[in-house]
Parts: sequence; C-alpha cells; structure tokens
Amino acid sequence: MRRTGVRRVISALFVGACGLAVLLALVPLALILFFVISQGVQALSLDFFTHMPRPVGETGGGMANAIVGTLMLTGLAALFAVPIGVLSGVYLAEYPGTRFSSLVRFAADTLNGVPSIVVGVFAYGVAVLPFKQFSALAGGLALGIMMIPIITRTTEELLLLVPGALREGALALGATRARAVFSVIVPAALPGIITGVVLALARVAGETAPLLFTAFNNRFFSTSLTQPVSSITVQLFTYAISPYEDWHRQAWAGALVLVTFVLICSLLARLAAARVTRIRRS
Amino acid sequence: MSPTVTLPPHPVPARPSRTGPAGAPKIEAEALSFFYGPKQALHDISVRIQPNVVTAFIGPSGCGKSTFLRTLNRMNDIVPGARVDGQVRVDGQDIYGPSVDVVALRRKVGMVFQKSNPFPKSIFENVAYGLRINGMATSRSELAGRVEESLKQAALWDEVKDRLHESALAMSGGQQQRLCIARALAIRPEILLMDEPASALDPIATQRIEELVYGLKRDYTIVIVTHNMQQAARVSDHTAFFWLGKLVEFDRTDKIFTAPAEKLTEDYVTGRFG
Repeated sequence: MRRTGVRRVISALFVGACGLAVLLALVPLALILFFVISQGVQALSLDFFTHMPRPVGETGGGMANAIVGTLMLTGLAALFAVPIGVLSGVYLAEYPGTRFSSLVRFAADTLNGVPSIVVGVFAYGVAVLPFKQFSALAGGLALGIMMIPIITRTTEELLLLVPGALREGALALGATRARAVFSVIVPAALPGIITGVVLALARVAGETAPLLFTAFNNRFFSTSLTQPVSSITVQLFTYAISPYEDWHRQAWAGALVLVTFVLICSLLARLAAARVTRIRRS
Repeated sequence: MSPTVTLPPHPVPARPSRTGPAGAPKIEAEALSFFYGPKQALHDISVRIQPNVVTAFIGPSGCGKSTFLRTLNRMNDIVPGARVDGQVRVDGQDIYGPSVDVVALRRKVGMVFQKSNPFPKSIFENVAYGLRINGMATSRSELAGRVEESLKQAALWDEVKDRLHESALAMSGGQQQRLCIARALAIRPEILLMDEPASALDPIATQRIEELVYGLKRDYTIVIVTHNMQQAARVSDHTAFFWLGKLVEFDRTDKIFTAPAEKLTEDYVTGRFG
C-alpha cells in the first residue's frame, strides 16, 4: 500500500513537471503576442495599409509599399518553389529507394537547415551581382529557395499516405504511371500539399535576412520585378533600429500585421489538414 | 488441415480436368510460374478460360488465386521483384510478349479489387475517369451517356442519378464496390477480373454483386476470385481450385462441387480443411 502511495506521489510530481514545462514554453509566445498586439494596435490604423511612409519628422503614414512588397515577394517565391518542390516531392514518393532520391532527400534536409542569410548571399551572387541591381525577383528567388525543401518533404510524405489501392485502380483502368500519379494520387493528397505550401509561405514571409541584399528596400511604391522592393520585415528592421519614436510605433504595427498574416496562414493550413483527415476517415 | 491430404506429383500432366472444358479459350495460361523475389507463388499453372462464362478461383488464403488473377492483366508488374515464367495468352496473344502495350491490355482486361477503391472524386468523375484517360468520349454528351450506361449496367444508376456530383466516398461500401464495377465497365473491357469483390460486404450487398456478375456474363468473360465456396457455387460456371500455388483441379462448377476428381478438392469443398 505504501509503495502505491509513493508511486502516486512520483507520478503526480512528473505530471506536474510536464505541465510546468508546457507553461514555460508557452510563456514567451504569450508575451510576444501580448506585446506585439498591445503595442501594435495603438499604431495600427487604416492609414497604415493605405499610406506610404512619411519622411523623418512627419508623423503618420503607413507601410502600403511594404505590404504590397511582401505579398509580391512571397508570391514570387511560391512561383519559384511550388513547381520545383511539388515535382521533387512526387519524384521522391515515386522512386523512394533509389540512390538519387536519398541524395535529393539529404540535399533537401540540408537546404532546410542552411541559415537564411546564406541563402540571401547565394541569391545575391546569382541574381543581383550579374545584373548589378537589387530586385524583387532576386528577393523572391531567395525566399523560394527556402520554401523548396519544406514543400518537397511535405509533398513526399503526403503522397506516401495515399493508399496504394488508388494507384492500382487507376492502372487497372489503363492509366500510365504518370497519368495515375497526376490524375489520382496527387489530387488525393492535394489538400495536404496545399497545407505544406501555406506553411512554407508563412515561414518565409517572416524572413528578413535573405531580403537584405536581394530585394533590398524601397522608400517608394514599386511593383516592378526588376527594381528593389520594400517588405514588411526589412521595413520593420529599419524602423526598429532608428532613433525615432514614430518609426518605432510603425515597426510595432508592422510586426502585428506580420504575425497576423502568419497566424492566418497557419489557421488556413490547419483547416485544410482537417479536411484531409476527414476524407481519409470516410 | 488433415495430414492425409496429399498433392498429386508435380509437374502434373495436363488432363482435360486440369485445363477446363474444351473450346476456343478467351484466356489461356501455359506453364505459368510466378515469383515474388526468391519466393515462388505459382507453380506451372495451365488453364483455358472460356469466353462469356464466369470462372471462379477458389482455395484457402495464400494459395495463389489472387496472384494468378493479377497476372492476367499484369497488375503484378508494379510489385518490385516480381517475375513471371511461362505464357498467358488473351485471344491468342501472349500478354508478356515484348511488343505488348500494358495500357491497351488493361483496357481490355478490367479489374475490380477486393477492397473497393473509388477515387476521391465525384461519382460521375469516377466512372468517367477511364473514358477520359483513354480518350474514349469525344463530347460531353457522349461522356455523360457512357457514364449513365455503365452505372445502369452496375445496377447503381437509380441510387445515384440525383447525386452524380457528390463525393464517391460518401457512398455505402456496397455502392462503392458497384461504382468500381461501373468504372471498370465504362471502358468496355472484354474480360472482367474480380478479386474477392464481395468479401468486405454484408450479405445483401453481396447478393447484389452476385446478381450483377450473373447478368454481366452475357457480354463479358468474368474471372472471380473468392474464398467463399457458396459464392463460387452460386455465380460461376467453371471453377478452379488452387492449393499452395498449384492448380489442383479445374472443371465445371457442378462437377467440382459434386464429383471432384481430386481427393484434395473434395476435402476442401466439403470443408474438411481450409
């Protein structure tokens, strides 16, 4: 009897320790959210979305150019990364055992771990130096390179979850292998693949380092692919290290917009993932 | 399994009772052996399957009946390490020959699987799939017509005609299996292979599938694998009994069930083992 008592105490202690660890892990998140929201809300107004940055000394203004720039950059990144990432994922799922595919898998995992500033340097080397011009394209390329491994691995994993019976069904109807993959297997995994893409987008939308010397920054409104473009993150960085009170407020508002964007992406991804599970269960 | 059961010596000489009833065969296997890597799953099988009859393959689990069925439309090609020895001829043409187009073969030899496997698409799109990928319908109305015709053939039309564009995954198990049959029929194969098509279904759904099989044999050559002997007796005209990767006996179904030539067949059909 006494032993059971001791066990019960030990068990309760460990469960308590686990709960405490969870709380500690959540505290930073809660604090960040609290600070970003409380500081950001004060500076956030309609003007923030619709107005351009004002010169130093003038109060007000917004980040219209940076918001559009971030949307452009992530859009370009998706344009680069989605085809390459999804197709590599299909390759890995279709030829899982070959030496080349394990090489690709290893390369993707390594690329995923490369510091983002190094990716920026690479994009600088291939897309900025030859043209002697910072550009939205170079920034999109840098972010795209970061998205590729995430999309590749999620696509691979989700394709492997599609039941083999579907492939057999398609082949038995006279489908070629490629046809079976692209007309049945990929569509079956599509909601999950979209989830992966959205998560990858959310991840790179918050990147600053790869943009510093690729997309650079732009005080003006630009939608040109070959011109430098502003982004929320780089603008936030510039404002945050400035000595001006008003710019600090703007930086907080930018942070809030960015966090909200990432949050919305994650929610969308979760919704899509929930749909996949439902389909699989039925 | 009774210890007195013995197999006839191997290889067995071809007798009429081992290759089935006479007549020009639709499918003909000759000395067919099949290997999964080093493991031999089928031993020297020779059968002649007649057109427009239902042929049942029976035998205990793991006896090779499904493996044999899958050699008839080369579904085993996708299994890594699979190897085939001997010949399978469909309409006299060796389907493992070098010039054979597997896609064309599978168009001619349709298949329904043990577990229904509708695509996660609408009911309509499931049936239309084979027609689309094989370019078999030139207009939307032709496509819709063929889909309707196939669903009627599979006795599913009345149940789904008002919800053709709903997900196939929302249907019941029996409906899903009939949808898979409709999907296979849509591309108008000449042969329909059915791998235990009713094993996951309740008795009523099973009965519907059996009625369907019975009705379809006028237009198709049907080969059905089943571990349910009553089902084989009910739906088939000819029955082949497999045991341990070997074909033990192949004859008219009534003969197999009432007066089998082999002791092993008799033991199996009377339920003494299996």
